[in-house]
Amino acid sequence: MTWLSSFVSWLGEFFGSGENWSGPGSIPVRLLEHLEFSGLALLLAVLIAVPLGLAIGHTGRGELLVVVSANLARALPTLGLLVMFVLLLGTASIWPVIIPLVLLSVPPILVNTFEGIKGVDPELRDAAYGMGLRGPQVLGRVLVPVALPLILLGCRLSAIQVVATTTVAAYTGLGGLGRYVIDGFATKDYASVVGGSVLIVLFALVVQVLFALAQRVTVSPGVSQRLKVR
Amino acid sequence: MGDGPPSIWEWIGRNWDTGRADSIRNLLTDHLTMSLVPIVLALVLALPLGLASVRWRWLYQPTTGLMNVVYALPSLPVFMLLISVTGLSQTTVIIPLTFYGMAVLIPAVVDGLNSVPDHVRQSAVAMGFTPLRRLLQVELPIAVPVVLAGMRVVAVSSISLVSVGALIGQGGLGGLFTRAYQNPFMPPVIVGIVLIVLLALVADGLLVLAQRLLTPWVRARKGQAS
Amino acid sequence: MITFESVTKRYPDGTVAVDRLTLEAPTGRITVFVGPSGCGKTTSLRMINRMIDATEGRILLDGVPVQGIDPPTLRRGIGYVIQQAGLFPHRKIVDNIATVPYLLGWDRKKARATAMELLERVGLDPALAGRYPFQLSGGQQQRVGVARALAADPPVLLMDEPFSAVDPIVRTNLQDELLRLQSELNKTIVFVTHDIDEAIKLGDQVAVLQVGGRLAQLADPKTLLSEPADDFVREFLGQDRGIRRLRFISTAGLRLRTDLTVAEGFDGSSPERWLLVVDGDGRPLGWRSSDRPEELEPFGTFVHGTDSMRAALDAALLSPSGCAVAVDERGRAVGVATRQALDEALAEAADG
Repeated sequence: MTWLSSFVSWLGEFFGSGENWSGPGSIPVRLLEHLEFSGLALLLAVLIAVPLGLAIGHTGRGELLVVVSANLARALPTLGLLVMFVLLLGTASIWPVIIPLVLLSVPPILVNTFEGIKGVDPELRDAAYGMGLRGPQVLGRVLVPVALPLILLGCRLSAIQVVATTTVAAYTGLGGLGRYVIDGFATKDYASVVGGSVLIVLFALVVQVLFALAQRVTVSPGVSQRLKVR
Repeated sequence: MGDGPPSIWEWIGRNWDTGRADSIRNLLTDHLTMSLVPIVLALVLALPLGLASVRWRWLYQPTTGLMNVVYALPSLPVFMLLISVTGLSQTTVIIPLTFYGMAVLIPAVVDGLNSVPDHVRQSAVAMGFTPLRRLLQVELPIAVPVVLAGMRVVAVSSISLVSVGALIGQGGLGGLFTRAYQNPFMPPVIVGIVLIVLLALVADGLLVLAQRLLTPWVRARKGQAS
Repeated sequence: MITFESVTKRYPDGTVAVDRLTLEAPTGRITVFVGPSGCGKTTSLRMINRMIDATEGRILLDGVPVQGIDPPTLRRGIGYVIQQAGLFPHRKIVDNIATVPYLLGWDRKKARATAMELLERVGLDPALAGRYPFQLSGGQQQRVGVARALAADPPVLLMDEPFSAVDPIVRTNLQDELLRLQSELNKTIVFVTHDIDEAIKLGDQVAVLQVGGRLAQLADPKTLLSEPADDFVREFLGQDRGIRRLRFISTAGLRLRTDLTVAEGFDGSSPERWLLVVDGDGRPLGWRSSDRPEELEPFGTFVHGTDSMRAALDAALLSPSGCAVAVDERGRAVGVATRQALDEALAEAADG
């Protein structure tokens, strides 16, 4: 169990060092950077994928795009994509890194939004039109609330993806918590590696918890069937 | 041609089999090992765990809860944390990938077994199948399509995820990406991406083929419908 | 009034779902479309609110062609009830019922108040208002579906096999409830079913459609049963056509004997083999046979003038006496229909 004791001492060294709590490379700064990059990428992905998924699911046109993008995104190696974009576009701004982050986060949201909308009971759609709702009302007032659990699942899967890829992106010079891990590994500073890794894992878990909470708040109890029959 | 940078084909030819550890051929072999072992291990472990979660319902929630957490863990920090236990070896990549695979496959096994219609299960019991034979001859075959769908996801993502291991020196073809970044040069990146996507396609195709062979009735039904 | 003028629905692949359908669904009445699957009954219904558009011909709503009305606007003025109720799972029951009022821009309070009223009207506990659809039984959901269709008080109600997904007992309840509601509301209802018994029970007039979307017969239920237009209708009506027709023959003209009723405790003698024993209020207690005067035998009743001949015959068959007990609305015996009286009435019915 020697690794456990060295593990603990590395953690102590990392979190105990005053240097890590102030200045440009400090934990709060790295944390905020990580939040900024992954948040920005996720936001852009949501803005692209949700409307696209809604449109394809509602009209039934463009299903192939969804299937292909889903499979491709899973097969494409993130590190390879990051390196390719950086080699192509340079490192003058964060965009060469943000673009692949967005590209990889679009498919999970797209697929789940599409499946969610498409999977709504046809009877329900029929009833909605039969009541006299117009197309956009059917989408906004019936299909989206009913498909919301899947749409949010897509966003959650994307968030998992984006947090992990932002970490890897530190290799290509992006800031964020990945820096501790990449730089620490390069300079054999294992306190940084272990401390950074623990921070990233915690970050990912907090994101998960936030999504679970968002789901609770936004999904109708009638859809999640969370209520016990009184 | 002689003065400019080498074409991508020249580069492949020069690096295919150099005899060194980082020749494309060796990287490909490493990549296959590090992705196939977790796929197989994940299946072998997920089957009994999935079966147990169906048999003892109380196990299901904690198991899937744990697997959801595991799935959310970013691979790179997990690799890094494992280094202190398993060192800079292929095992460090194989263990987390196995867990990611299980996170997908356990729910797939459970869903697959739950997809067995109750009347089918009941009639198997009524005909006198022992629980083990019922499992092997009735329930598992019916669960195959769902499990294989999970396997396809696991296979494709494992193959692509191995490359992150390059950041700890164990990434198979991912090694081409780090090499290309350190010594800015595009061909290795392209070759790496293409080979990884090809591997994923082949694995996916094989699993589709396996599904056809294992579940001939699914195709028969589709043919009838159309 | 809904008017079909030679309406045809042809799909691009050439299939004809509805073939030159011409009929009228009169105001305030229930018109039932019935037929086997593939007869175009649902298609015909859905063309009224333009869920499907007719290929040829016109459908008029009180003289106005529906093809000229913007579909959502048209639909908000027509109640629509479908098989699985199609309730919105994410909305509470009260908000489900108020769907159309909300769409029409009613004040929220007024819409909810209307919804609460309707909830009671369709026979549901107001406490269900705050629940979600998944918390209700199939029969309850179907009632909510009816309430939702009635919310904006549309003059026309379209019902597409609304009761076919619930069990038989619940279905009978829902049918009775619909008839009760209709007696209060007098809506113009078009009702689709594949169940001929349901059609006969509910319809003021029944349109029998056959595969390919041709109208085989349009008639009131009694005429349908006594004079089927062709072999298809005859076969579709199935067995027991004669017995089922008795449902439409009133017991008002049935000859009753009042001399067979005796009070409890009567121990005099009578030439009759069977005597009906009643209590102090005149409610029947049982038949007393001259063979075994110490024991009372079972009896069957029908409400005189309200129940049909079918009920009277049923009541007669329930008792070893072979006679049916006629009662008033409060259950008091008003007389006895003997076999002879029933026989006369049946003979008359057979003559049409």
